[in-house]
Amino acid sequence: MSRRDRLSGNEAAATAIRQIDPDVIAAFPITPSTEIPQYISSFKAEGLIGTEFVTVESEHSAMSACIGASAAGARAMTATSSAGMALMYELLYVAASDRLPIVMAAVNRALSGPININADHSDSMGARDSGWIQIYSENAQEAYDNMLMANRIAEHPDVMLPIMICQDGFITSHAVENITIEDDSFVKDFVGEYNPEKYLLNPDESLGVGPYSISIFYMEIKRQQFEAMNNARAVIAKVSADFTARTGREYGMLEQYRMDGAELGVLLMSSSAGTGKEAVDMLREKGVKAGLVKIRVFRPFPAGEIAEALRGLKALGIMDKSDGFSGCGGPLGAEVRAALYGKSDNIKTINYVYGLGGRDVKVADFEEIFAELAAMRDGAELPDCRYHGVRE
Amino acid sequence: MAYNTYSLKEAANKPERLVAGHRMCAGCGGPVAVRAVLRALKPEDKAVVCVATSCLEVSSCTYPYTSWRDSFLHTAFENAAASASGVEAAYTALKKRGKIKDTYKFITFGGDGGTYDIGFQSLSGAMERGTDMVYVCYDNEAYMNTGIQRSSSTPAFADTTTSAAGSKSDGKPQFKKDLTKIMAAHHIPYVAQSTFIGNFKDLHRKSETAVYTEGPAFLNVLAPCPRGWRYEASDLMEICKAAVETCVWPLFEVTEGEWVLNYEPKKKLPVTEYLKLQGRFKHLFEPGNEGLIEAIQDDIDKRWEELKSLCEM
Repeated sequence: MSRRDRLSGNEAAATAIRQIDPDVIAAFPITPSTEIPQYISSFKAEGLIGTEFVTVESEHSAMSACIGASAAGARAMTATSSAGMALMYELLYVAASDRLPIVMAAVNRALSGPININADHSDSMGARDSGWIQIYSENAQEAYDNMLMANRIAEHPDVMLPIMICQDGFITSHAVENITIEDDSFVKDFVGEYNPEKYLLNPDESLGVGPYSISIFYMEIKRQQFEAMNNARAVIAKVSADFTARTGREYGMLEQYRMDGAELGVLLMSSSAGTGKEAVDMLREKGVKAGLVKIRVFRPFPAGEIAEALRGLKALGIMDKSDGFSGCGGPLGAEVRAALYGKSDNIKTINYVYGLGGRDVKVADFEEIFAELAAMRDGAELPDCRYHGVRE
Repeated sequence: MAYNTYSLKEAANKPERLVAGHRMCAGCGGPVAVRAVLRALKPEDKAVVCVATSCLEVSSCTYPYTSWRDSFLHTAFENAAASASGVEAAYTALKKRGKIKDTYKFITFGGDGGTYDIGFQSLSGAMERGTDMVYVCYDNEAYMNTGIQRSSSTPAFADTTTSAAGSKSDGKPQFKKDLTKIMAAHHIPYVAQSTFIGNFKDLHRKSETAVYTEGPAFLNVLAPCPRGWRYEASDLMEICKAAVETCVWPLFEVTEGEWVLNYEPKKKLPVTEYLKLQGRFKHLFEPGNEGLIEAIQDDIDKRWEELKSLCEM
């Protein structure tokens, strides 16, 4: 039987890890994900997990050890944030190209500088081209549920790619919520055993991982990663459907909130979706045709589902919790507009950069944004991209 | 192997675990070091070899070929030790869970770039954590894979492509980092320094000790590079011998904190006997540069005396 309990996002992710009981965890403390390795250590101290916990001297070594462990045939996990993830960037690409289904609990935090410990998405957005599957969680429940689904997605033979399960630093990682925790036996059964086809410690067949690969082979390897990332769509759908069938909690590539008949919409990821939904409810009460789309899976990018979900909108605010400094908006803005191109060209869009470095985002902010979208729908000329909630 | 009845022939007749077909240069010390270390493995034992990005890596495992009989892992330049510690953790976990029955040994190779410099933190961490592995540095005293750039292992006044000797430069201004000593300061069970001498008994014995010592072990093997040091391929052994006879590269080991000097030259040769064999030091023999050779000799003498005192001789 599942139970209700009060858990923070970090505790929820750590609980999922305890229930999965991976073979190896290599992690290095960094705010706000530090609690996760702390929980691992306490689980080990109480004999609650059989995991080998490699207390590395840096995140670079954490990801290196995860690659070694995963290549060796083990189920390997890590947790990190911000600069820690940035220190891993080189190895994130290696993990993906080696086709190692490592699971990362990513607790999103701004990148320096200036140094800042609070939430935004600049860390994982910097890793968006690394070949990792990226799933974003709105709250502690989703962080927990997505962790439970992570291994089955990553380890599927058609996929074999690393996966990061993101949640917002502090806002989700440290806020305590009432969530549903599944039984240990349920998790064990749902996640299953990991038995890789090829691995370093196979006594019957030695294996070379990470060879030098020159131009006559490199591109074929990248083409296979492309294939695997696309295969992940169907696998995510299948695993999510199975999860829904067994828990009643629904997950897709994205979530549509009151999009029926919506004319004005916002599109965003993670914790601000909760605030946005509150604003949508209030506006709907007032007769404003507001709706919200929350992207759950950012890699692989659900371009088709996004275009479909946004069809019928007259004005859209695409909300980026990181600025890619292209000079014309954030990464979500660029990719969502590309997804709409040729499909829903009549939707007017603004790309908002918001909530950087933990800048608070309130219901009132969404009311302002929806007011701007209404003005744009009614013919007002607005810039393609603007910062919201900033002193200028 | 019993080292009181050691025979090179017997040692060299063991099946090769790094096989022919790799693309390392003739006269390179890298594969010589690797083959010597791998001979330490009992035939029934399996191994996973991790290699830092290096000449060795790009020349021995070029897709779709490999020269390695054992499982092989390369991830990047600066993290071979951390990667290996992940493999070792996987082994421990899977063995505990009954998924693996065989005995595996973990051997990591890095050049001096991947060991003394960019991979130093990763190495220090893996050793401090007590990873049951041997880390072998094949030290050729510069970044050879990218074209002979100086490293912290490059000896003073060597001419490299980033410490060029010229009318206004004597070559590399700094003296060599003493990595073996730093590794001994980690208080790990076994640290040793070796090279290719005579019948290879020194390196073969140290490799076996390192591989079969429980816990972390570090081997530093001087492995000359014909292109970077500028010598004829056939001179490899002569150069290694000169390094030992001049005390540029003393043979010693530190077992559970006990320092032992394995070889003391009957007559310590002047450092010029070593320097003159290599093009990278050619400029030191030009008139007016006598002081540079003196400075090198002073440094070697000082380090040799320090080592002897650590070994209580």
